[in-house]
Amino acid sequence: MSGRNRWMSAALALALAIGVFAAFPAEAQEGKSRGRWEYRFVCLSSDGEARPGSLSWNSARAELDDDRRADGERPLWRRWLGTGGTRRSLRPFQAAGPVKSPRSAPGKFGPYGGRFVPETLIAPLDELTGAYEAARTDPAFLREFHHYLTSYAGRPTPITRCDRYAGACGGGVTLYVKREDLNHTGAHKINNCLGQVLLARRMGKMRIIAETGAGQHGVATATVCALFGLRCVVYMGEEDIGRQALNVYRMRLLGAEVVPVAGGTRTLKDATNEAIRDWVTNCRTTHYIIGSTVGPHPYPTMVRDFQSVIGVEARSQIRRETGRLPDAVVACVGGGSNAMGIFHAFRGDRRVALIGVEAEGEGIRSRRHCASLGRGRPGVLHGSFSYLLQDRDGQVTETHSIAFQGFARCEGIRPALEPSHALAYAKVWIRENARRRGRRPLLLVNLSGRGDKDVHTVSEALR
Amino acid sequence: MTGAERLRAAFQPGRTALAPFFTAGYPDLWSFARFVLAASRTGADVVEVGLPFSDPLADGPSIQFASKTALDGGMSVAGAFSAVRRLGRATRVPLVLMGYANPILSFGVRRFAAECARADVAGVIVPDLPAEESGDLDEALADRGVASVPLLAPTSTAERIRLAAGRAKGFVYLLSTTGVTGVREALSPELPPFVARVRRVTRLPLAVGFGVSTPAHASALAGMADGIIVGSALVEIIRRAPSRDAAVRGVEARLRSLRRALDGRRRRRV
Ligand SMILES: Cc1ncc(COP(=O)(O)O)c(C=O)c1O
Repeated sequence: MSGRNRWMSAALALALAIGVFAAFPAEAQEGKSRGRWEYRFVCLSSDGEARPGSLSWNSARAELDDDRRADGERPLWRRWLGTGGTRRSLRPFQAAGPVKSPRSAPGKFGPYGGRFVPETLIAPLDELTGAYEAARTDPAFLREFHHYLTSYAGRPTPITRCDRYAGACGGGVTLYVKREDLNHTGAHKINNCLGQVLLARRMGKMRIIAETGAGQHGVATATVCALFGLRCVVYMGEEDIGRQALNVYRMRLLGAEVVPVAGGTRTLKDATNEAIRDWVTNCRTTHYIIGSTVGPHPYPTMVRDFQSVIGVEARSQIRRETGRLPDAVVACVGGGSNAMGIFHAFRGDRRVALIGVEAEGEGIRSRRHCASLGRGRPGVLHGSFSYLLQDRDGQVTETHSIAFQGFARCEGIRPALEPSHALAYAKVWIRENARRRGRRPLLLVNLSGRGDKDVHTVSEALR
Repeated sequence: MTGAERLRAAFQPGRTALAPFFTAGYPDLWSFARFVLAASRTGADVVEVGLPFSDPLADGPSIQFASKTALDGGMSVAGAFSAVRRLGRATRVPLVLMGYANPILSFGVRRFAAECARADVAGVIVPDLPAEESGDLDEALADRGVASVPLLAPTSTAERIRLAAGRAKGFVYLLSTTGVTGVREALSPELPPFVARVRRVTRLPLAVGFGVSTPAHASALAGMADGIIVGSALVEIIRRAPSRDAAVRGVEARLRSLRRALDGRRRRRV
C-alpha cells in the first residue's frame, strides 16, 4: 500500500461514517410527474458502503423548489452577479419577485421555515424584510455588494481541476472544486457577512451581533465590522472557545468582543440562543448577522441570496472550462449556506444531481453525530421549523462532528473539516460513477473553506 | 366554565391580579407542587407553570437555570401534566401553562390540548409562537375550552395588537420591555404608553410580565395593569434559599409583600 493510500484508509476509518442526502430528478425514475424531484438519503458507512436511508425529504430541496416557483425559473441573482462574477457582467435589476414565498405564510418553504420567535422580534424582522426587499432590487445596493465581493473578498473565486485526488479515489471521473477557501477570511461566510453588513448600514444599525461555532462566521463578521467601523459582539459556546482558540484570537484582534456562552450544551446551538436573546433586548439598535440558511424569515432567503454568487460563478466557470454542466454538485451541510449557495444556480438544471453531505461523526446510530437531516425529525429551533436532532420529548440534543482531509497531499489544498465531508463523499461518488457508460462523469464539489482553524483538531485526531 | 371564563373571573375589578410563575420540576417535583399550593394560599389569582425546554430563548439566566435543573431532574411534558392534573384538583386558582413551541409540537398539538383540558389547565402561553404560526394550537385549544394567551411587546405595531387581541381569550400578556425574562432594577419608561396603546384596542384584562420582581414594581403597576406576572424573582429566592422549607417560606413572604403593594394603591385605569 502506498503511503497515500494508507493515509486515505486511515482517514476513512477516522471519518467513520457520513450521512448523505441526494436528490435525483424524478424523470430518472421513469415517468413520474415532470418537473418534480425525488429526494433520497444515502448513508455512507465507514467501509465505504452506501445504503439508502429512510428519509425522502430535506429542507434545502424545498427551498430550491419553492424558489423555482417564485421566480418562474428565472434565476434572480444570476442577472446581476453575471457570468463568473466578472465586472462587465454587472447589470442592474429588472423586475424581481417579492421575498415572500407564494405558498403560505411569509418565508415558508412548504411547511418549513416561518417565524417562531418572541413577539418582540416580529417588528425588527418585518423591518429587516422590508429593507432587504428594497435592497435586492436597488441597483445601488447591488453595485455596492458586488464592489465589496470583488475588491474586498477577492471574488470571483476560481474552480480547480483535481486530477490527483480524483485518481486517488479510483479515477475515471473529472473532478472540479469551487475554491471558496480563497476568499478573504478563508471561507464562503464572508459573502453573506458583506451583504448583511451593507444592509445593516442602510438600516442605520450601528451594532452587530453574531453567533459562531467553529469561528469562521464570527471571524467574517468581525472582519466586516472592522471594515465599516461597527461595534461587533460574537457569541460563542465555551466548548467551542476551547476548541477554536485561534479563531477567538483572530476575532479579538479584529476588535470584536467574544462572549463565552455557558448555557446548555455550550456549543453553537446555545450561542445562537444567546445571540437571539441579545437581539430581543437590543433590536432597535442592533442587527443580527445569522451565519447560515437558518433562523426566522427573512434570514434563510436572504442568506441564500447572498451566497448564491457561489453557484452563479461555478456554473458558468465549469461550462466555460468543460463545455457542459456537471452530473452532480456536492456540498457539505451544516446550516446549509454553502450548499444553498452553490446549488441555487443549478436548480433549473434537472440533470444535475444536487447532493448535500452531513457529518455522521461517531456514526448515525450513536448519539454523537450531527446529521440533522438524516437522523433528525421536524421541529422548531432558533426561530424556524426545520429538521432537528431532538429527543422523544422535544428537547434538542447536541451535535458532533469529526472528519478528515486526504485532499491536502494530493492537491496542496488544505480544506476545512466541513468540506472534507463533501470530499469524502466525492470518493464514493467517483467509485459509483467511474464506469458509467457514455461521456466521462463530471463532478463539482464546493470547497467551502480552508483548514487553518482545524490544523490542531486534525493533528490530534490523527495522532 | 371554560378556561377563558375562569381566567376572566380571576381578574376582579378593583384588584390587581398576582400571577406567580414556577418552572415545573424546579428544583424538584415535590417542591414545585409545594410552591404552587403555597402561592394559591398567599394571594395568587393565577399560577403560571413553566414547561422546561432545552433552548428557552425568551428566558434570562434565572429561568434558564430553572429549566435546565428541571430537565436534568427528568421533567418531561407528560410528567408536568401529571403533576398539574393533581395540582388542579388541589387548588381552585386557575393554572396557565407556559411552554415553548417545540416540545408542544413534538408532544402533538391536539394531544397537548386534550391533556390541558384533562388537567383543567385554564390557558396556554407559548412565547415563541406568534400569531402567524399559532393557528393550529389556537384551534386545538379552543376546541377543548382552553384559553390561548397571546403576548405583546413594546415593539408590537397597532396591527399586531389588533391581531393578538383578536385571538386572545382570558387575558393578554404584555412584556414590560424588549428583552428576556429576568430580574430588573426598574420598570421601563415605555411601559405606560404601551399599556395605553393596548387598552385602546381590547377590553380584556392586561397582565404585565418580564422583569417585574419587587413590591415597588408592583405598586407602580397597580394603577396601570390588571395583573402582574412574577417569575425570575421567585426562582432567585428559591435558588438562594438554604433549604426547601426556607424556599417555600421565602416565596410566601415575597408573594405577601407583592400582594400588599398591589392592594396599597387604588386601581386607576390609564
Ligand atoms: C468552511 C465551512 N464550510 C461549511 C460550514 C457549514 O455551514 P453551512 O452549511 O452554512 O455552509 C462552515 C461553518 O462554520 C464552514 O466554516
